[in-house]
Amino acid sequence: MTGEPGGAQEPTAPLLELRNVGKSYGSVIALEGISATVRAGEVTCVLGDNGAGKSTLIKILAGVHGADRGSVLLDGEPVSFGAPRDALDAGIATVYQDLAMIPLMAIWRNFFLGAEPTKGWGPFRRFDAARAKETTRHELAAMGIDIRDPDQPVGTLSGGERQSVAIARAVHFGARVLILDEPTSALGVKQAGVVLRYVAQARDRGVGVVLITHNPHHAYPVGNRFLVLNRGRSLGEFAKADISRDELTRLMAGGAELDALAHELERPAH
Amino acid sequence: MAAPGPLRRLLVKPELGALVGAVVVFAFFAVQSATFRSARGVANWLDPASTLGIMAVAVALLMIGGHFDLSAGVMTGTTALTVGVVATQFRQNLWVAIGVALLVALAIGFLNGWLVTRTGLPSFIITLGTFLMLQGLNLGLTKLFTDTVTVSGIDDAPGYAVAEWIFASRVEILGAELRVAVLWWLLFTALATWVLLRTRFGNWVFATGGDEVAARNVGVPARRTTIALFMTTAAAAWFVGTTLAVRLTSVQANTGIGQELIYIVAAVIGGCLLTGGFGSAVGASLGALIFGMTQLGIPYLRWDADWFYFFLGAMLLLAVVANRLVRRYAEAARR
Repeated sequence: MTGEPGGAQEPTAPLLELRNVGKSYGSVIALEGISATVRAGEVTCVLGDNGAGKSTLIKILAGVHGADRGSVLLDGEPVSFGAPRDALDAGIATVYQDLAMIPLMAIWRNFFLGAEPTKGWGPFRRFDAARAKETTRHELAAMGIDIRDPDQPVGTLSGGERQSVAIARAVHFGARVLILDEPTSALGVKQAGVVLRYVAQARDRGVGVVLITHNPHHAYPVGNRFLVLNRGRSLGEFAKADISRDELTRLMAGGAELDALAHELERPAH
Repeated sequence: MAAPGPLRRLLVKPELGALVGAVVVFAFFAVQSATFRSARGVANWLDPASTLGIMAVAVALLMIGGHFDLSAGVMTGTTALTVGVVATQFRQNLWVAIGVALLVALAIGFLNGWLVTRTGLPSFIITLGTFLMLQGLNLGLTKLFTDTVTVSGIDDAPGYAVAEWIFASRVEILGAELRVAVLWWLLFTALATWVLLRTRFGNWVFATGGDEVAARNVGVPARRTTIALFMTTAAAAWFVGTTLAVRLTSVQANTGIGQELIYIVAAVIGGCLLTGGFGSAVGASLGALIFGMTQLGIPYLRWDADWFYFFLGAMLLLAVVANRLVRRYAEAARR
């Protein structure tokens, strides 16, 4: 796998495509008839309330579960991932909410954890710390993240900065498709903005991003297309030109339900 | 992201507290006792520090990896007794005995690590079990083979001369006649520091101790790392056990019991977190040094030796509280 993701991708060829994907756990249908496309250099947002099927969709894309119905196409070829490692090898990286980073360890140690560059041979084969530090600094700078000291522990970074480092790491290790699981949900307004800026950076570097969120205000500015889920079913996939932010919000919250709720809340208390 | 100041950078080093402690303890005894600061005195207090230090370094690696080994102390006895029994009762070359003891130690270490990774139970409980089992075996088997609780006459075994040179000779450095164990201790400390900070394995040790699930998610072989750490601790116990057997030429069946807690104390004074993921080999060695200096400094001042454990306990409390404060300060999230 190279470190140059998606640069030569045809803008019209979908990197990843879902066709009528469905998944059941026993007799419970978690997902049904989901279709979506992810293109290189674009952000596909998956929106939905709790229990809409977002996490099931992530698990199918990340190779944790297989789809029971429908097909997943990578570069137009049907694929079936047996394990997360298969998805990773195919260039699909997932940044989970818990981030897989060790708070007490330095940023550069975290950045290369599990894939440490080495130099020397035999018993003298060692972790090439100088190169790891330099690469970390360079990769973070390329994403517009300013780190003066890659030696500082990840635990000293704010939540948004940690998300950003995790995104930069996935991009560096050759992710063509980057799946972000609720990257802004635990963050304040300002920090969320920082993370969204890095999502845009990854997109501009040619990565196909799948942004999973329940916040249309975060999704709309950065997204190119929007897949809205409700109770395991698709409410439709929309290009940005076809839907406004208000429509997206209304759709997500269940349209008429939200109107009824607004009406109920506006009623005077006595 | 602001760069941390030089003070914060210094404070985040795990061994800082132990370094300050070692300097203070040295100054305290050296000012009051001429014997303590003489070349002979230095050689005397470096001796207990060295064998303890070799163990403390290995135990520190294991603690950074997130685990305890309560069987580490009794294992020095098990290996020393194995050396003695194989050499004197089975009449083997001493080097054969030392080789058998190494295999025994590695097997016990593997068993500890395998049980901990397989069952997911706290290593505290697993190794408490092996500790008690080994304590029983040490006594039972020693009695079975020798009809006493001592194995003696190790110096009669062929191969003793070379073994003595490697494990128990003395070297003169700057007027002080040092036990060779001191040099081994320095070598192992340097080696452990290099492994921790400059190899992939070292990175995995920190990660496994810091957050095992997260480490696995990014492809760190956490299980293998844990087993390797238990085997490292066992190998250190073999080295110290062999040193004891060769140096004393006779071994008591209760050797090493109670030492396991001292190793942990040295590692904690050296800045290792009880929760894993943080610590240093140099720190653990400084912890061992403090132990050695206090153990011999107290009789040099003609104080009652009973005070030794009181001081050690006070030092431990001081160290954990100081480490906690320092780490909180150094790692306060800046938003």
